[in-house]
Amino acid sequence: MTDTAIDPAAASYAKPRSRLRATLAQDRKAQLGLIVLGLFVLAGILAPLLAAYDPNEMTLDMMAGISWSHPLGTDDLGRDLLSRILYGTRVSLFIGVSTVGIALVAGITLGLVAGYFGGWIDMVIMRYIDLQWAFPNFIIAVYLVAVFGTGLLNVIVAISLAFVDDFARIARSMTLSLREEQYVDAARTLGFSNLRTLFVHILPNAVAPIIVQATVSISYAILGEASLSFLGLGVDANTPTWGLILADGRGFITQAWWLGVFPGLAIMLVVLSINFIGDWLRDALDVRQSL
Amino acid sequence: MTSYMLRRLIGSFIVMWAVATLVFFMLRLVPGDPVAAMLADAGGPDEIAAMKARLGLDRSVFVQYGIWFSNMLQGDLGSSIYGSRIEVARIIAEALPRTLSLSLLAFLIAMVIAIPAGIISATRRNTMTDNTVSLFAFLGLSMPDFWLAIILIIIFAANLQWLPAIGYTPMDEGLWQWFRHLILPAIAIGTAFSAIIARMIRSSLLEVLNSDYMRTARAKGLTPRMLMFGHALPNAMIPVITVIGIAFALLISGAVVVENVFAIKGLGRVLIEGILNRDYPVVQGAVLVVSAIFVFSNLIVDLLYGLIDPRIRLN
Repeated sequence: MTDTAIDPAAASYAKPRSRLRATLAQDRKAQLGLIVLGLFVLAGILAPLLAAYDPNEMTLDMMAGISWSHPLGTDDLGRDLLSRILYGTRVSLFIGVSTVGIALVAGITLGLVAGYFGGWIDMVIMRYIDLQWAFPNFIIAVYLVAVFGTGLLNVIVAISLAFVDDFARIARSMTLSLREEQYVDAARTLGFSNLRTLFVHILPNAVAPIIVQATVSISYAILGEASLSFLGLGVDANTPTWGLILADGRGFITQAWWLGVFPGLAIMLVVLSINFIGDWLRDALDVRQSL
Repeated sequence: MTSYMLRRLIGSFIVMWAVATLVFFMLRLVPGDPVAAMLADAGGPDEIAAMKARLGLDRSVFVQYGIWFSNMLQGDLGSSIYGSRIEVARIIAEALPRTLSLSLLAFLIAMVIAIPAGIISATRRNTMTDNTVSLFAFLGLSMPDFWLAIILIIIFAANLQWLPAIGYTPMDEGLWQWFRHLILPAIAIGTAFSAIIARMIRSSLLEVLNSDYMRTARAKGLTPRMLMFGHALPNAMIPVITVIGIAFALLISGAVVVENVFAIKGLGRVLIEGILNRDYPVVQGAVLVVSAIFVFSNLIVDLLYGLIDPRIRLN
């Protein structure tokens, strides 16, 4: 292991952490993305402290414009838009992270197993993954909500399942190429179990493309949840989510433009930040763009 | 090539069969009884049973599947369980041209923007222009399509009053009217697509411009125009075409959402209304047709790819 420094290609991978830091220092977009995303995460966590009103509290101040007491105005039921958007941050970020987390664990397990064992196991798993691959994630999520119904848990299940194929394909193709590496052979020769070989020796070396895919997926999951809520297939009618706030305000946008502008702006800022971060990670971790 | 085409064609039909079967059985898992919901408070247990018998819902799931499948092969997708029990095939026949013309217009708009944007940012790499294009591409990718739709309505329909905010006019009632109704939704759907294609063209073109044969072509003294349109662009478009196939799916999923903003009764609106009303036959029919569009547009792109790039055919 001591002569890795001689190989320049290996050297550039030697310390991914310092590579990340070095590229971040030059990447303004990624810096901005991290700051904006950080602010939204804080806003979500501190929503009960930051919001001046209960997000569902109706007042007689209906469709009031921007003012000191309502910085982003109110909706048709007199609910404070800023407070609703702050609470909506929680739902959006929670769903974005949890769905990708579930999809990642499930997809990677399927992909690792398919790639490592091969044979009929590989065939069965990949036939299904290929079937799902033929359809856009959002459409799969819509189909699944059609079957399971709406609600927080069902939306999370639907979006997670929709992303499983992306992770499974990456994990499988990484496993296929890593399976032939000498250190994997060595692990097998030493008598390590399949499970240990898979998770301790193969998985850590497949991490870079998975990180990049996960980052991009979070932004798609947030967009997906917003679209589902907007269509009335989301969490529920009483939980303020960005998509639902837009759906509620849609009928009044000609009289109250803020109802149509601000919730979408929140979605766009978060998704844009994540895309900036994803782009930086892709360059820094040297992952070739698949789409 | 023929055997490859045949294999892909058979594969596509198998996928469609699998989707149809999955859709049929999964919708039978749906909690809640549509007949009870349909009759609301008007029907007691007897009425519910009678209605179920009339709709064939009292027979075993496998018998239902057999009947449904053979009907489907004959183009009979059943009928809506509501109101006048209008045939699903007819609902879809009315909705399909709307979704297709919307997606096609979105596709055209997106390409008209993406191709020049991609070329300009590749040839002026790392300049102000390139950075501006890149920023717009990021914005386009990050905007929810339904939100962009709302913003467009606020600007062009509500304030400027240049374009209608909702509705659809068929092409035979005048091309201009058709276009006026579709342009805003088409922009809303096409923006993200355009961003993806522009980024793809840029990176693909950068790779081609650095290749040896481009150096040879330059050494021959070709004009910049001939270099770009005769040599660089045709080669750079090859990988872009596969992405167009994948991204075409984006247009259709975009249409599903955006049709609902503009009250265009296309496939997307039919699908979502069907889901919200628990109208199984309508949902099944819409899912099948939307799926068929994906499967067969993927097939067409694959075959096109083989025609354009002879290297693919060998594998």
